[in-house]
Amino acid sequence: MDIELLYWDGCPSYPEARELLEEVLAAHGVDADIRMTHVGTDAEAERRGFPGSPTIRIDGRDVDDRGAAAAPSLTCRVYYLSDGRPSPIPSREELEAALR
Amino acid sequence: MTLALATDAPPFDLPGVDGANHSLEDYADAPVLAIVWSCNHCPYVLAWEGRMSAIQRGYGDRGFRLVAISSNDADRYPTDSFEAMKHHASEQDFPFDYLYDADQSVARAYGPERTPEVFLFDSERRLVYHGAIDDSRDEGAVSEHYLREAIEAALEGREPPTRETPPVGCTVKYRE
Repeated sequence: MDIELLYWDGCPSYPEARELLEEVLAAHGVDADIRMTHVGTDAEAERRGFPGSPTIRIDGRDVDDRGAAAAPSLTCRVYYLSDGRPSPIPSREELEAALR
Repeated sequence: MTLALATDAPPFDLPGVDGANHSLEDYADAPVLAIVWSCNHCPYVLAWEGRMSAIQRGYGDRGFRLVAISSNDADRYPTDSFEAMKHHASEQDFPFDYLYDADQSVARAYGPERTPEVFLFDSERRLVYHGAIDDSRDEGAVSEHYLREAIEAALEGREPPTRETPPVGCTVKYRE
């Protein structure tokens, strides 16, 4: 399984996202490294189709289809929890669903 | 450089989403004034702005005023444009003024690094608290209500129990 966490260090949420991702992977018995990819320029964001930080792709697929369609940008990405609240990281449930 | 504690509030005169200009002097009657750097696009702001509204509504009858300012570079972040600010404020029914610092001169005078980031001034307009609204973006997990406690203290003429905390949020998008 290929797990990539793309991040921009202008947004402080990626360590929290990584921690949650590690928890979810451990809980599901997934023994895979998380590939950390820093995106540091607008050109790189464009080239990688990076809609904001953090972006998590499992086997190349974004864990949040809706947010994945946003224009590439060096920005903090907005996720929405199941109750509609905005969040700077995906929910545990979203990550679990992406692993299935 | 970020404004130091006990420093006087730098003046400003900025357009608001209500169509009027608002200056520091316009809030002279407020015994306590919070200036919060904000924006539209940041998930941390989105997580906290409901609490900003609740704080304004909760302390408004005691004369407290909260003013939000966005200084983000709207050329690079179009969702932070003045038009988008008007739309967002209307959609969220903000009970506070939301001002646009297009040339970033006010941000450069106050020196915020993050959104949201609070500068709280007493009746003499000296900075008495600077930093985060509280200690968690998740409202259900908050245990330290920094801004509320600082407002209470300032309204009673006391020094806030906590005077400075690290703001947590997106970076202010300064032009390079």
